[in-house]
Amino acid sequence: MTFWLLLTVNSVTFGGLLFLLSAGFSLIFGLMRIPNLTHGSMFMLGAYFGTTLLSGVRGIRFDFWLAALICALKVALLGALMERLLLRRLAGQQLAQVLVTLGVSFMVADLCLMGWGGDPISVATPAGLNGFVRFGAAVFPLYRLAVIAIAIVFAIGLWLMLERTQLGAMIRAGVDDPQMARVVGIRVSQLFTIVFALGAGLAGFAGLIGGPILSVYPGIDQDMLPLALVVVILGGTGSLLGSFVGSIVIGFIYNFGQALLPELAYFILFLPMVLVLVLRPQGLFGGQIL
Amino acid sequence: MTNSTLGRSLAALVAVVALAMLPFAIKEIYYVNIASQILLYAIFALGLNILVGYAGLVSLGHAGLFGIAAYVVAYLLVAGHGHTLAIAAALIATLIATAGFAALALRAAGITFIMITLALGEIIWGLAYRWISLTNGDNGITVATRPAPFGIPLGSARAFYVATLIVFLIAIAGAGIFVRSPFGAALRGTRDQPRRMIALGYHVWMVRFWAFMFSGLLTAVAGILFVYYNQFISPQALALTASAESLLMVISGGAGTLLGPVVGAALVVIVKNVVSAYVERWNFMLGAIFVAIVVFMPEGLVPGVARLTRSFWRGRSRRKGKLTVATGPRQ
Repeated sequence: MTFWLLLTVNSVTFGGLLFLLSAGFSLIFGLMRIPNLTHGSMFMLGAYFGTTLLSGVRGIRFDFWLAALICALKVALLGALMERLLLRRLAGQQLAQVLVTLGVSFMVADLCLMGWGGDPISVATPAGLNGFVRFGAAVFPLYRLAVIAIAIVFAIGLWLMLERTQLGAMIRAGVDDPQMARVVGIRVSQLFTIVFALGAGLAGFAGLIGGPILSVYPGIDQDMLPLALVVVILGGTGSLLGSFVGSIVIGFIYNFGQALLPELAYFILFLPMVLVLVLRPQGLFGGQIL
Repeated sequence: MTNSTLGRSLAALVAVVALAMLPFAIKEIYYVNIASQILLYAIFALGLNILVGYAGLVSLGHAGLFGIAAYVVAYLLVAGHGHTLAIAAALIATLIATAGFAALALRAAGITFIMITLALGEIIWGLAYRWISLTNGDNGITVATRPAPFGIPLGSARAFYVATLIVFLIAIAGAGIFVRSPFGAALRGTRDQPRRMIALGYHVWMVRFWAFMFSGLLTAVAGILFVYYNQFISPQALALTASAESLLMVISGGAGTLLGPVVGAALVVIVKNVVSAYVERWNFMLGAIFVAIVVFMPEGLVPGVARLTRSFWRGRSRRKGKLTVATGPRQ
C-alpha cells in the first residue's frame, strides 16, 4: 500500500514537472507548427544557470526561488534571441526550422559540458522544504508536494493568461488560424517571439525546479526532450489542457513503468506516442487550446 | 555517348581506382580505419537519402534500424552461430522492422512523419538500453571475430577497408540504378506532387513503402558493417543523436543527390575523428556546421558548391546574370 502511495505521489510530482516543461513546448508547437528540439536544452540551461547562482556569484548566494526566476528570465531571453536571429530567417520552412533547432541543441549540449563539466551536480532542496509529511506509514518529502503545488499554480496562471488577457486571445487566434489572425491585424510573427520566449522561460524555470529531484547532468536535455514530445503528442499540440492531462498520464506511465517493468520502461513510454500519432494525429485534446 | 557522360564515367573510374589504391598509399592504419568508417557511414547516409532526398520524408529514427541490424549480428554471434546466418538474419530482421516502421510512419508526411520515426527510434533505443537480459544494456555486446568471405580474413584494417569498399560500390551503384529507374522517377513525383501522382494512377503509399524498404536495406548493410568494424555495439549507436548525425550527413552533403551523402559522411566522420584530435569542442562544431548549412546553403554542399561554381563561370561570361537557385525538397 505504502509502495503504491509513494509511487502515485512521485508520478504526480513528475507529471507536474513535465507540465512546466511541456506547456511552453505545446504552445510553440501549436503556434509555429514545429517541434522545438532545443526545449530539452532550455531545461538543461535553466538547471545549470541555477546551480551557478545557488553556489554563489561573486560571493552572493542567491535564494532558490530568486535563482529560479533569474534562470527563467535568462533562458527566455535566449529563446527570444534564437527565434529572432535564426528561426525568423527561415520563416515558412518548417523542416529547416526543425533542423536548426536540432543543430542548436547539439551546440548547447557541448557548451554546457564545457561550462559545467561532465559530473552530475546535485541541487540542494530549498530551505524550509527539507521536511517530510507523514501519511500513515508513508513519508513524503515536502519538496515533492511543493512541486505539485507550483505546477497547479502555473496551470491556473497560464489558463487565466490564455483565457482572460488580450495576449491570450491573440495567441489562441494564432494557434487556431494564423492566416486569419494576420488578416484581422494580429502581428503573428511578434507572437512567435513572445511565445518562444515564454516557452523557453518555463522550460528554464522547470530545469531548476526539477534540480533537487533529478539533479543536473550532461544528457538531461536528451532525457527530457522526448518526454516533452510524448506529452505534447499525447495531449495535442497547442492545447494547455492536453499538456496538463498528458503530463500527468506520462508521469504515471514513466514512474510505474520504471518500477514495475524496468526492462520495457521506454517501450511503454513511447508506445502511446506512436499509437496517438497513427490513430489520432491531432492528439487527445487537439483542436481545443484550453 | 555525349561528352559529359564520358567525362563522368572517366571521373567515376578514376575515383574508384583512387579509393581502391587508398589503403596501400596510406602508411598509417589509423587513416585506413577512418576511410572504412567514412564508407560505411556513406552507405547509411545513402539509405537515409533515399527517404529524405528522393521521397521528401525526413526520418529521425534510422539509427534504430541501423542498431537492429548490428544487435542481431552481435547477439547471434555471441550465441555461437556462424557469420552467414548472423548476417542473413540481421538483414531479414531489419527489413521486417523497416516494414513496421513504414506501415506506422507512412500514415503521415511532414512533421508528423518526423515525430513518428523519432518515437519509433526511441523505442528501439529504449529496448537496447533497458532490455538488459537480451542486449546487455549499457555495457553492450562484444563481437569476437570478423567474417572471412571466400576464405579471406577481414581481421586487418586494410582487408576490412577493401571489403567495405566493395560493399559501398555495390550500394552506390544500386542506389544510382534505383533513383534513375522509372520507380525512382515515380518516387520523386510523389515527393513533389503527391496529388498529381494519385491522379496519374500511382499508388503513392506503395511507392513510398518500397522506397522505405530500400532505405532500410542499405541501413541494415551499414549496421552490419558497423558492428564488424567496431566489433562492439552499445545503445549509444541507436540514440537520437546518432539519427540526427546521419541526417546531418545527408543534408550537409546535399539531399536528393547521389554524391551528397558520401561527401556528408566524409565531412561528419572527419570532423568527429580527425578534427576532434585538435579541437575538443567537435560536438559544438558539428551543431554549428549543421545550423550554418541549413541557414546558408539549404541545398547542401554538393549542389551548393556546384551552384557557386556555375554562377562563378556565368558571372565571368555575363556579369549580371541572375542565378537560379535549385532548392532541395522543402515542405
